[in-house]
Amino acid sequence: MKISIPDFALVVLIGPTGSGKSTFARAHFAETEIVSSDACRAVVADDETDQSASADAFDLLRYTAGIRLRRRLLTVIDATSVQRPDRAELVALARKYHALPLALVLNIDPELCHDRNAGRANRDFGPHVARNHSRALRRSLKGLKKEGFRQVHIMNAPCEVAAPEIDRQPLWTDQRHDHGPFDIIGDLHGCFDELTALLTRLGYAHDPYSPGESLLSARHPEGRRAFFVGDITDRGPRNIDCLRLVMGMCAEGTGHAVMGNHDQKLARWLYGRKVTVNHGLETTVAEMDGASEAFRKAAHGFLDGLRSHAWLAGGKLVIAHAGLKEEMHGRGSAAVRSFALFGETTGEVDEFGLPVRLDWARNYRGDADVIYGHTPMPEAEWLNSTLCIDTGCVFGGKLTALRWPERETVAVPALAHYSVPAKPLDPGRDVTAQQDHDRLLYFDDFARKQRIETRLGGVVTIPEENALAALEVMSRYAVDPRWLIYLPPTMAACPTAPEGPYLERPAEALDFFATRGVSDLVVEEKHMGSRALLVIARDATAARARFGVEDGKAGVVFTRTGRPFFADDALEAAVVGRLGQAIGKTGLWDALDTDWLLLDAEVMPWSAKASVLLRKQYYPTVTAAEHSAAALIGALDARTIAGTQNLRSDAAGLRDKALAMRRTIDGYCWSAETLEDYRIAPFHILASEGHVQTDRAHDWHMTTLAALCEADPILQATGWRRIDPTDKAQCDEVTEWWEAHTAAGGEGVVLKPNAFVLRGAKGLVQPAMKVRGRDYLRIIYGPEYDLEANVARLRKRGLGRKFSLADREFRIGLEGLHRFVERRPLRQVHECALAVLALESEPVDPRL
Amino acid sequence: MQIEITLTSADPADYPARDLGFLLHKHPDHLHQRDTAVGRMSIFFPDVGEARCRAVLHLSVDPVALVRGRLEKGDGLLAQYVNDRPYAANSLLSVAMARAIGQTMAGKSKERQWLADRALPFELRVVPVAVSGGLEVIERLFLPLVYAVEAVPLDESGRRAIFDLRLSTTARLAEILSHLYVLVPVLDNAKHYWIDAAEVEKLLAKGGDWLPAHPEKDMIARRALKHRRGLVEAALDRLSDALPEEDGEEAPAAEAEEVLEKPIRLHDLRLDAVRDAILAAGARSVLDLGCGEGKLIRRLKRERGIDRICGVDPSVRALEIARRRLYLDEAGEAMAERIRLQMGSLTYGDRRWQGFDAATLVEVIEHIDPPRLSALELSLFGDARPGLVVVTTPNREYNALFEGMAEGQLRHRDHRFEWTRAEFGDWAARVAGAFGYTVETGPLGPFDDTHGAPSQIAVFRRVA
Repeated sequence: MKISIPDFALVVLIGPTGSGKSTFARAHFAETEIVSSDACRAVVADDETDQSASADAFDLLRYTAGIRLRRRLLTVIDATSVQRPDRAELVALARKYHALPLALVLNIDPELCHDRNAGRANRDFGPHVARNHSRALRRSLKGLKKEGFRQVHIMNAPCEVAAPEIDRQPLWTDQRHDHGPFDIIGDLHGCFDELTALLTRLGYAHDPYSPGESLLSARHPEGRRAFFVGDITDRGPRNIDCLRLVMGMCAEGTGHAVMGNHDQKLARWLYGRKVTVNHGLETTVAEMDGASEAFRKAAHGFLDGLRSHAWLAGGKLVIAHAGLKEEMHGRGSAAVRSFALFGETTGEVDEFGLPVRLDWARNYRGDADVIYGHTPMPEAEWLNSTLCIDTGCVFGGKLTALRWPERETVAVPALAHYSVPAKPLDPGRDVTAQQDHDRLLYFDDFARKQRIETRLGGVVTIPEENALAALEVMSRYAVDPRWLIYLPPTMAACPTAPEGPYLERPAEALDFFATRGVSDLVVEEKHMGSRALLVIARDATAARARFGVEDGKAGVVFTRTGRPFFADDALEAAVVGRLGQAIGKTGLWDALDTDWLLLDAEVMPWSAKASVLLRKQYYPTVTAAEHSAAALIGALDARTIAGTQNLRSDAAGLRDKALAMRRTIDGYCWSAETLEDYRIAPFHILASEGHVQTDRAHDWHMTTLAALCEADPILQATGWRRIDPTDKAQCDEVTEWWEAHTAAGGEGVVLKPNAFVLRGAKGLVQPAMKVRGRDYLRIIYGPEYDLEANVARLRKRGLGRKFSLADREFRIGLEGLHRFVERRPLRQVHECALAVLALESEPVDPRL
Repeated sequence: MQIEITLTSADPADYPARDLGFLLHKHPDHLHQRDTAVGRMSIFFPDVGEARCRAVLHLSVDPVALVRGRLEKGDGLLAQYVNDRPYAANSLLSVAMARAIGQTMAGKSKERQWLADRALPFELRVVPVAVSGGLEVIERLFLPLVYAVEAVPLDESGRRAIFDLRLSTTARLAEILSHLYVLVPVLDNAKHYWIDAAEVEKLLAKGGDWLPAHPEKDMIARRALKHRRGLVEAALDRLSDALPEEDGEEAPAAEAEEVLEKPIRLHDLRLDAVRDAILAAGARSVLDLGCGEGKLIRRLKRERGIDRICGVDPSVRALEIARRRLYLDEAGEAMAERIRLQMGSLTYGDRRWQGFDAATLVEVIEHIDPPRLSALELSLFGDARPGLVVVTTPNREYNALFEGMAEGQLRHRDHRFEWTRAEFGDWAARVAGAFGYTVETGPLGPFDDTHGAPSQIAVFRRVA
């Protein structure tokens, strides 16, 4: 005997004690798939026969089985389950998680059962027990299907129990092996002319049209397949032709379809069921009146065999007529079918007599794209990775298709108004559905341990306490999340110089890249100011259209932690305006075919942003160091005491170094009263419409930005050169340049592989590495850091965590940007920005 | 950093000033050096005379050793890894003193015990010394101990000013050293990241004789014990450059506002008014948004008609304090069911806010950047939609009546705005209109004919 079961189901074994359920279960299922009442009794009572623990044991059994089912794992219940109320609870459990409940019945002679029990420890009860079980079971046998079991297999003798082979099949809706590509087409409702036009636009070749009943077909030269979201007929002018084409394509394998509510009703009508012929069914019925019995039968067979939904492409795509909640994907139950065909309604009707729908898409948080139709909309708009592509063709709208995985929509207009909708189509808003939804992000989506999969490879996890700290900071100080599409990663410091008065110098960084096989490197001058991200749109209208913001701004400038860069809105607006003009003058809007840009820049002077830090920290340090040294020198100079020479020379050294530190700091400070006092040095064009610009090399960024910097005196170009780190002469040149630049007060240089994102043998190569100057490092390591004894100890610095952090933040930052340009829900963009901020709260030596 | 101790003598026949060497157990003609855990203490005598003798105790802190080991431990002050700690007098100096001149501090002198037991005229200099609160704090700490104070500021720009501090008094040397030992770290008022907690407790113990009678004993204890921190706080500290710069007021920010408003006990009035509005509406469940340390919840907790209270605040620190003040950890399950505290944000939506009869925003909206208020409106009025919303906020017009407030200044440094009565009224009317509520606004606190009341209240009721 062969029993075929779905690979996701709740399998309930039914049989008296001693009938061999456990043996059967172990023979056919994995140990972990079996949830046994005896085992549960043992867990809660240390005794698997303790009947007084049964209630608690069944709680545990249901709980365990429930978790497994929620995780979509096949689960086998090993309990007697001979009583109907026990089974009813299991059926309810299966329904709750949309698993099919199956009954495997071991209907074994009670005497045999008793004999078996007699041979086992802990089962010293009388023969009446198995007999009672058996009697209860036999009473139930007939009604099992009615109780809700979708399959019932009865084994009547030990030989039958030993015989079967259990074969697991994917659920009917589980098409995960099929990765497309698909052209998903919205509700047809008999709009045949529009359908053929749309297929043509999509690149399909049609069979010549022939009148009659024979099936029509079309196929795509590259093997793409059409996927219809259902509602093939009703209301429109050519219902049967639509059926002929869809049926033909499905038969040929160039098309697929899921069932719509109209398809289901038509199937019932074709089968001769009593249905109310309304809501457009009358148009199809009128055409069917002239159709042959054979065609009607074929149509019924086709429609009746349609799936409620399709779970495709490794679980990344779900197609269902009325959409589908995440917890129903790839599952089977009456509730799933009803949701997929009709959607979720409150039971109420609105003023047009239409059911009031619950807005499941607003709460959708799944990763799979859900494509559906059913509710006519003026435009097909993404919302939380769901897309309704019913654009009301039959009501004079248009017929829309979605190319997947490309996520592009293609539409053809309706040739006529074939029908009048019960309620006028929603006129739409001036922002997209997603933007409307994203006016509000939900705290409870972020206030937990985060796990982010990045497309550059690897999952990044954020511990809860870091996520909470980031949320607190973000919610109190950050700019509107709709603007905050990116936070920049931290940057690796170069490996430590092994000798001399240096902690850092170019040689080690050059060597770092050379040994990783990087031969094309850019070296950029590092400015000492404050990091700023600039989102610049053409104008406020363009900003509103793309970012969905309502603040009337044409752009924002924020810090590396997401705070507004400028306290003064007017100053920010002026900066944004100037940048916008410069971009316009340079022709970048058109060159990049965009209405907005995200720039990564350093804004100087340092003192403009860091005045409090300078006041609170740096200047007091310098002052204290100077005066500590001066007081000691004063006291030592009052009297000659043997052995104080070293004390005095150390004090003099400290005084000089404190002065040097003050000079270095002063070099980064000037008064910035007006916009003209600022210098903005952009070094990355991170993103523009539809494009994360990290596929362009740094030399492009540098060249393009150099041109931009010509356009306005507040913009400062960054010195850079492109070198091969395996060439000694070029390396020497870089070292000389670094020495001259830092001696003149520069902070240092940054080395980057010319390719923005570069994969090496062991994953991504560090995207950037800084080499800071000797004097600059005094601000980081303190005035006396370069004393021989100090620098020797400071060399022991661990770079691993910083490297790892820089790598993770880089991947998450770009992931967020990609999601933004792909118009993913803001929640998915925001989680990346939050994650970068959260990572910044990890304990890492901040001097690196 | 160094301390200079000068002993003077009016009559060298009574005692020569150079006996200071005996008091310190150090020969005045030699350099004495002692390595301690926090650095090297050098002691020498630049002036040695019969009438006047000066000893210098200079502590050279090893800045590399100071930071090493601390950063890895996540011991905080991470963003401030370059700081005045190695150079300006602070708790490190106290620790080093105890090691280098412990006998003296204990009041013992092998050769001159009678001088150690006697009050003598001393001049002290601590240079440089970091002081949080400036000259005023120096005087509050040292004048009650009968010191003459002369403090020259070297750099007053930071949260701690750097001073050259000179003190003089007539007292036993051990007593003077005990004052300095306790009060130098108190002046400094930094969290003592660099020394362990037990060391700090010892600090306070040294003040056993005089501290209980000191009029500023509360400030001394508070400043000395600044070192307890939790996990989230540690994470927050590492984000410190994302936080607004604090000006180093020592009272928690909220208290500053209360001091201003104290004469009218405004906050009590406010909380009473909010409670009355909730009771009048018959609300049984209350969502207190921005609950802070739980003052409103403490009032509501006593009301029998209210069976569910949820306090929400973005600050984990504030919630911890609220939890303590409400005794939630000690309370039974029934209380834990009735009162919940949860971290949340007012600029994000939150599904956990559904299903409350009333929500309160007591002195909260003014802490939100005006462009972000729309998110709060949407989440509270549009999404959570409680039947009743009570909002209070300062009335900016009334600021004119507060003493010592500059024109245009706000009552609290985290206030992002303060509204006039008209501005508040306009906002309330717009929000009510947009989200299907009715609203009444009114004054809170003593009413002035020109400027109105110090605070204002709006009560929103959901229409359908």
